[in-house]
Amino acid sequence: MAHSRTARRRWTAAIGLTGVAALALSACAESGRTDDPGAGQVGGTLTFGAAGAPKLFDPFYATDGETFRVSRQMYEGLVGFKPGTAEVEPALATKWDSSEDGKTWTFTLKENVKFHDDSDFNAEAVCFNFDRWYNQKGAGQSDAVSQYWLDNFGGFADTPDKPSLYKSCTAKDAKTAVIELNEATSQFPSVLGFTSFSISSPTALKQYDADNVVAAGDSFTYPAYANEHPTGTGPFKFSKFDKANNVVELVRNDNYHGTKAKLDKIVFRIIPDETARKQALEAGDIDGYDLPNAADWPGLKEKGFNVAVRPAFNVLYLGINQKNNPKLQDLKVRQALMYAINRDQLVKSQLPEGASVATQFMPSTVDGYNKDLKAVGYDPEKAKALLAEAGASDLTLKFFWPTEVTRPYMPSPKDIQAAIAGDLEKAGIKLEVSSKPWNGGYLTDVDQGIPDLFMLGWTGDNGTAHNWIGTFFGRTDNRFNTGASPWGAELAAELAAASSEPDETKRSDMYVELNKKIMEQYLPAIPVSHSPPALVLKSDVKGVVPSPLTDERFGQASKG
Amino acid sequence: MLRYTIRRLIQLVGVVLVLSLLLFAWLRALPGGPVSALLGERSTPESREALTKQLGLDQPIFVQYVKFLGRALSGDFGVSTGVQPGDSALDIFLQRFPATIELSALAILIAVAVGIPLGYMAAKRRGGWFDNISVGGSLLGVAVPVFFLAYVLKDVLSSALGLPTEGRQDAINATRVTGFFVLDGVLTQEWDAALNALEHLILPAVALATIPFAVVFRITRAAVLDVLDEDFVRTAESKGLTAPTIRRRHVLRNAMLPVVTTIGLQTGALLAGAVLTEKVFSFAGVGQALAIGFERRDYPVLLLLIIMATIVYVVVNLLVDLSYALIDPRIRTR
Repeated sequence: MAHSRTARRRWTAAIGLTGVAALALSACAESGRTDDPGAGQVGGTLTFGAAGAPKLFDPFYATDGETFRVSRQMYEGLVGFKPGTAEVEPALATKWDSSEDGKTWTFTLKENVKFHDDSDFNAEAVCFNFDRWYNQKGAGQSDAVSQYWLDNFGGFADTPDKPSLYKSCTAKDAKTAVIELNEATSQFPSVLGFTSFSISSPTALKQYDADNVVAAGDSFTYPAYANEHPTGTGPFKFSKFDKANNVVELVRNDNYHGTKAKLDKIVFRIIPDETARKQALEAGDIDGYDLPNAADWPGLKEKGFNVAVRPAFNVLYLGINQKNNPKLQDLKVRQALMYAINRDQLVKSQLPEGASVATQFMPSTVDGYNKDLKAVGYDPEKAKALLAEAGASDLTLKFFWPTEVTRPYMPSPKDIQAAIAGDLEKAGIKLEVSSKPWNGGYLTDVDQGIPDLFMLGWTGDNGTAHNWIGTFFGRTDNRFNTGASPWGAELAAELAAASSEPDETKRSDMYVELNKKIMEQYLPAIPVSHSPPALVLKSDVKGVVPSPLTDERFGQASKG
Repeated sequence: MLRYTIRRLIQLVGVVLVLSLLLFAWLRALPGGPVSALLGERSTPESREALTKQLGLDQPIFVQYVKFLGRALSGDFGVSTGVQPGDSALDIFLQRFPATIELSALAILIAVAVGIPLGYMAAKRRGGWFDNISVGGSLLGVAVPVFFLAYVLKDVLSSALGLPTEGRQDAINATRVTGFFVLDGVLTQEWDAALNALEHLILPAVALATIPFAVVFRITRAAVLDVLDEDFVRTAESKGLTAPTIRRRHVLRNAMLPVVTTIGLQTGALLAGAVLTEKVFSFAGVGQALAIGFERRDYPVLLLLIIMATIVYVVVNLLVDLSYALIDPRIRTR
């Protein structure tokens, strides 16, 4: 009997538990009736739906868009970009001059500027930053860490085999910084407008051990500065990153040296799922998000949202790898591919409004664009004739396309692929089409030269031609394997010569000429289109100017 | 009992070791990898080679595994390359695990609180309209994919009830203590924070609860039907025990064994469901991290999360086994 009593007690406990569950449920139901949680956005808080978490808050180590987006609200560089353009304008430097040979740059700095930690911004601080970048050690030199420095300035102080563009920085007086380069480059000074090269507070950099990046097993860990103490000069200051809740919060910098921010706060809510971002906007949980699917634009506009279309600052191309099929080393065959594709139709049917056919590998806003180039029209007969001339009528090509990805230049890879493949087959080219996930083999295969044809593109970092054709063809072991053709090395040399030409007009002419040569004599790949990406905002959000560089700063944004 | 528990835990260590080796090899055999995920369009032959070397991915896989084991023994499971680059995989797990527990626990509570009474009532009214409707409903619960239901809940119910559909909490000032947001709010007496977190839990938990609910309901119904036919129930009735006593002491208790087993087995399904539910509701739990980690080939995070999921699964089922003894005293003697 005693036995049975203890058993009963346990059973009662179990029933009690169910009771708690029921209670919890009723509590839930009740709480459902309380006010909408979106009502938290009182006063001036802008809530932006981010697709991913920022990696860190030290822009120098940043490599991805979500990280840059947060950083650029807190930081400024010596130069900036005129809102809505890729044109350089003064930021922390009010003006600059370069020597005749393009190697010495003198920057006059804005005065009475303070960092968020109240320390002074001056020429010494500028030089401290440059020297910090140049003197990265160990893991700080890795491609995954200091990618933007490596891409734009080359090596570091202790990498003699990999020279750097940067030579030295001298603080002539408090408001004059002189930067010496080892050679002239078309990238200067616009490269200093990249968020990566924003100026941090030397005091904070030192205090929070900013350079202490450690390669830990199979990744990198970052120091306190990058994680919790970003200190710039921008209109917003870091407040917190609540990782458990996936929310980043910035607050207004009341001591900002320019026009102070209107918003009290910016909140970045991390919503990785695209559909979820759209629903959050429609439910009023967020005020905007980036890169709405082009198919959603009309619907969003209809519901009264502001679809802010950026100028197209990208290019989609059909990559050709000459490695595996020698026929592809014949210019006629590559030209045949271009004639075979109905790019007009593709742009009209597959890309958002505002997209255009690419006549070359960069958009018209880039310095060195050749406006005389015309897009070759769709001509399948000519394509067949060219193939016959080249003795390649029985051409069979491996054509790869990516899944699980959308890029600003490629909203729907599947549909674009289908259009291109259909056109090529109409011209009598046999295709072995296969698809792979973007990170699940596609990029690796493309990098290893497995497909003959592939779809890829580029979003520009700045308005210099080097950032476009220089990146694509500036070497011979690139994705197109241009080294397989005798002209590959020639093209690389011509690009290098153009980039190091100090005279702006001359340089620009060289690029114009090169664009023509690339399209008419080399044709390493087929430029397809430029496609405008957008960001979507609630209609009461004002003062956000869509930028071709995605350089949207919320300093002048307001709500309501 | 203690011996049994220890034996099971030792087995678990073996399972985890074998699993980690398999996972380690399997992850690295997946096409793509963290290098291309990190460098994207910007990669060059040099940068790929340098990063591969830096991440230690150029070494033979066996060497990589031994190194991993060595570090893992000292509690270092590597650093994330994709989910939250730079954070240790363990931190990511510790941050996100409470979220998934909160979600799963509420889902299980809902499933049990609704499933058991409904199952019992359906069995009592076997063949009646109530039975037919609830059996049909539970079939629907099994058949409808979680993510579809999640989207329906989001689109239809969220605006009607005014419930939030994204994340774990609004960007309000809340003190973090345990990482369980509801509990934190209670502990710090920040009631609005607790309530806010609870509101965020409801829709995802309801979506997630459909899987265990349907199973709990059907198993309860079947088990109660079985027990109702037993001789001892008839005996109890004939000796004049009251209906509640028979229900509590004889019917439900005997019917609970298979139900509890089922709940244990459902933890695996719950975790799988959590991946989808957390994705749809942007809920920062383990499931979301698994989805992002897989997309970006975040080896350390994937490895740790899957191993931890296995451990949780085994431990929960061990607890279920142990709980038999509570429910059915006859088992204790063995």
